[in-house]
Amino acid sequence: MAKKGVKAVTEIADDEVRVPLQAVVLADSFTQKFRPITLEKPKVLLPLVSVPLIDYTLEWLAYQGVEECFVFCCAHANQVTNHLAKSKWRSQPNFSVTPIESHDCVSAGDALRLIEQRGVVRGDFVLVSGDTVSNMSLKEVIKEHQERRKNDKLAVMTMVVKRAKPSPSTFHARLGNDELLLAIDPHSKQLLHYDPGREYGGRDNFQHLPSQRNVLLERSALNDRPSVQLCTNLQDCHIDICSPEVLDLFTDNFDYQQIRRDFVKGLLSDEIMGNKIFTYEIGREYAARVENLRAYDVVSQDVVHRWTYPMVPDIPFGGNTSGMRLERCNVYKGTGLTLSRTSTIGENSVLGSGTEIGEGTIIKRSVIGRGCRIGKNVSIEGCHIWDNVTIEDDAQLQYSVVCDGAIVKAGAVLKPGVVLSFKVVIGPKFVVPAYSKISMMRQPTEEDTSDEELEYADAASGRADSPRPFLDDADSRNGSAAGEVEDVDESGDWDPDEVGETGAGYRWSNRDGSQEEDWRHSVAPIPADKIRELVSAEEEGEIEEADNDFGAAARDSIAGTGVEGDEETEDDEDDFEKEVEGTFLRLAEGTAGVQPEHVVIEVNSLKLAYNKTFADCAGAMFKALANLAWGGSHASAKELLMSTKEIISKWGSLLQKFLKGSDDEHEILLTFEEVCSECHKEFAPLFSQILQVLYDKDIVSEDAILAWAEEKQDADDNDRVFLKQSEPFIQWLKEAPEEDDDEDDE
Amino acid sequence: MIAAMPDYQAAVDDFVTRLRRRQVEGSLITAKLTAELLRQVVSHQRLPNVGQAAVLIDVVKSVGLRMIAANPIELAVGNMVRRVLHIIREEDVSLTSSAIPGVSVESDDDESDSKSSYSAAAIAAANRSALRAPSLHNLLESIPDPVKTPEAPAASVGDSDSKSRSGDRNSVSWKLKHNVIEGITELLQDLDDYHTHVAEQALEHIHQNEVILTLGRSRSLLKFLLEAKKKRSFQVVVAEGAPRYQGHTLAKELAEKGLQTTVITDSAVFAMISRVNMVIIGAHAVMANGGVLAPVGMHMVALAARRHAVPFVVLAGVHKLCPQYPHKPYTLLNDMKSPAEVVEFGELSECFAAGTGDHTTYVVNPTFDYIPPDLVSIFITDTGGHNPSYVYRLIAEYYSPEDYFLQ
Repeated sequence: MAKKGVKAVTEIADDEVRVPLQAVVLADSFTQKFRPITLEKPKVLLPLVSVPLIDYTLEWLAYQGVEECFVFCCAHANQVTNHLAKSKWRSQPNFSVTPIESHDCVSAGDALRLIEQRGVVRGDFVLVSGDTVSNMSLKEVIKEHQERRKNDKLAVMTMVVKRAKPSPSTFHARLGNDELLLAIDPHSKQLLHYDPGREYGGRDNFQHLPSQRNVLLERSALNDRPSVQLCTNLQDCHIDICSPEVLDLFTDNFDYQQIRRDFVKGLLSDEIMGNKIFTYEIGREYAARVENLRAYDVVSQDVVHRWTYPMVPDIPFGGNTSGMRLERCNVYKGTGLTLSRTSTIGENSVLGSGTEIGEGTIIKRSVIGRGCRIGKNVSIEGCHIWDNVTIEDDAQLQYSVVCDGAIVKAGAVLKPGVVLSFKVVIGPKFVVPAYSKISMMRQPTEEDTSDEELEYADAASGRADSPRPFLDDADSRNGSAAGEVEDVDESGDWDPDEVGETGAGYRWSNRDGSQEEDWRHSVAPIPADKIRELVSAEEEGEIEEADNDFGAAARDSIAGTGVEGDEETEDDEDDFEKEVEGTFLRLAEGTAGVQPEHVVIEVNSLKLAYNKTFADCAGAMFKALANLAWGGSHASAKELLMSTKEIISKWGSLLQKFLKGSDDEHEILLTFEEVCSECHKEFAPLFSQILQVLYDKDIVSEDAILAWAEEKQDADDNDRVFLKQSEPFIQWLKEAPEEDDDEDDE
Repeated sequence: MIAAMPDYQAAVDDFVTRLRRRQVEGSLITAKLTAELLRQVVSHQRLPNVGQAAVLIDVVKSVGLRMIAANPIELAVGNMVRRVLHIIREEDVSLTSSAIPGVSVESDDDESDSKSSYSAAAIAAANRSALRAPSLHNLLESIPDPVKTPEAPAASVGDSDSKSRSGDRNSVSWKLKHNVIEGITELLQDLDDYHTHVAEQALEHIHQNEVILTLGRSRSLLKFLLEAKKKRSFQVVVAEGAPRYQGHTLAKELAEKGLQTTVITDSAVFAMISRVNMVIIGAHAVMANGGVLAPVGMHMVALAARRHAVPFVVLAGVHKLCPQYPHKPYTLLNDMKSPAEVVEFGELSECFAAGTGDHTTYVVNPTFDYIPPDLVSIFITDTGGHNPSYVYRLIAEYYSPEDYFLQ
């Protein structure tokens, strides 16, 4: 009775009952690359070779044994949840899909913070975007991640990268982004530096040639490492294996927006926490993310070429039940296709079921959806035509995207790079110029000034500021910006210069006015002269070899960059301490609603703002405590000691939040010394007693005290005042270390 | 009726999903899983008092069609579904004929006493003989059943079954189901014994000091060679079977057992063939015309063998026998896998750069080759050796003509 199958399944289930493999799918890219199409339909539901993008991602996750999948949807959330509810994902055994809806998230960071709040993630999880197309095996990478975690709790993330040829033209041509530059420790595979080129820099359009790229490596990255590898031959697959700590990190650092730009960079530059990111290289398996229209075109051709096997058109999966048939030269034909005898179907084409193709029509390297009607003598090359599109006789289409329900009337011409959004009508004999985008939605007139990653959500509502009232915003976004576009149905309003006679739609003007982004991210092939430019730029600069080993010789040139920002520290010192103290006092005075966690977050952000370390935070915190203790009225030294004790025992736990190692504790002792000798001399006689209190409360460990004592041993007499005072205590520590070990070995 | 018992639905769903994702590979294991699942379906199906067989056939067909649709290239699924349908039909015919008084009662009378001592095993054996070809092998079997003419299978089965029939009308309701389950169990037993049955014949084909050539890896082939190894010493030349390179695995396994093994590239087959005495391969499927679907590269081996008049021997279990004729086998019966198996994506990434115009390089990676029947010298099945021209006869024995095309 299918024993084998059943047994195998239950075995897997048994193994993973403790930690089911979970995945978080972000069904919102928080970018605008697909506008105007995404104004009406979320990106993850756009059909890639007739199958919604998210189905590729979910199928792959299900295939790889992911058991629980959380789909985070934001823009057009109800469309995504409807799709999930309708599709078969809900009914699959051993695979559950749970949508998480939100209407006020504007970035991946927000999304992850929300997921953290829900508390649904229990163990290591796979973090992918809903537009990932891959067939890579997750087993090995997850195993590697978990093994590493056993030895090193700080290895919070493993990033999947794919080998490719290091040529900038390849990167541009394939996925429409710049060459990625990674610095990796070749032995541990730890990621040391991540430089995505200008792609993620948002709107900074300054041109730098690939050869002139500067690499800033922290000096510490080179310490203790025999070699560091600089790689330009890797592509980021945007597939991450994360530990639950990643969510905490996002919560702690509420300014993190994007995963790559903020989180990865933040982690790599943050030396104090010591969290590490590792890489995992794949070669044969496929993984890519559909980030822009160029990637859309390339990935759909890869699907047609079967790189994504078994997620290919002729194998049913997800929403693909059409049962396409594969014929020679990668021609896929759906059922119920009407193909006239004189039509020519070129290589690498997909023809959806129920489509009719008229006589003399030539189709090359195109994907045509279901239920399309294509007239006579039409020429279609390199196009992506979605469902129920009508193309009348003698039309010519080149490298265009034509969305559901659009109509191209007789004799019309679409030049390369055109995007026709849903239900657009192009009049007869009208020539649509290259790279035009036409939509039934009017282009939002307001130039939004928000950050790149906020745009997707905001532009739909036409507002730019992030803190907005939740309710009405949710509504406007749910209605997929319908409220903002005045009236879709008012026909006759169309400009014949934009869509031709009897056409319908608004042409979107290019916002930047530059042609730059047009060719870079459209489905059309890159013009030959642009390729020449790219290649010549590369040759001029004589880019260094991909796998440079940085030995000691190269270190000098890099080392200088590690110590930036030294001069500003003094000025900030006072401000920082004051701010920390102010924050703390608000808590201590019991201001309404202020919780200890808030103080932690606030101090953390101050730390970032002033570029401080945890040691600095701890020091400032301690000063604040001392000030508080001193501030209270006290008649005698004894009373002062009492109040100090009280305060330390009350707020000690707060202080501990900033004590990440014995260095920080050491810093506290130094601060304490400073307090005693400079600000509040009253503490001076109590030094050793308070030291003991600190020790008892586990704020400073024995090691830290001993290290401090050792350091002070060689100092001059003035400095040794406090050491002398606490001599007996240190003596006691030294003598009885063994029995103490058990208690405070944390 | 069909909706009454969804117990097996989860198991079916699971199997269909795994088929769809190509997570079940290999025709033998697929055949086994299919038969086990169908047995589960049959045993869980609640049957009405009349028209039981029709209901069973409907249910098995509907489940079968789903499984076939999930992976139409794995022909073993369809074969097993048809085999089970055939069993149901046979059992139905035998029960109906025995239920008619007069037809079998007389024979029952004198044999019932002795028959009652026959257990289910005997019944199963009787069924099996009904399915078997009229061969010497069958005639010598211990069950003293007269074997009937293949032209009238219905009548003959009635004959054999009249003995197994208990004669109790009330039991007819469960009888059919019981018999079908027995039949499927028997079928599964055959699948389990397949390797042994094929391997038994090894000594008849492999002689001392011969050189055998093969391509890729097949478990029945491994067993076959190892069986021959017990009595004879010979050499094996293994073509690696790019791009999956299963030949490497086979060579290692053979070498471990002490067989002299030579690994060559697929392209070296022609160079080696003149030294070879016999080519033995494992098939993926055998079509109704005697054509063979086998791992890619095999057609070339077959042509090389024909050029040098080397016998081309195909090992194929009865479960690989498919009642369909090959129509456009290169595309319709083929599985195009990811090009990544052939070439690493990064190696040619600049040639795949679609942004610069059309792809300039295509990579095609088919899984199977179709070998026309005239290139095959002999099939070795678990029921013995057969000529390609005899395949249609085998098919007539194992399948009902109604099931050749499931709709």
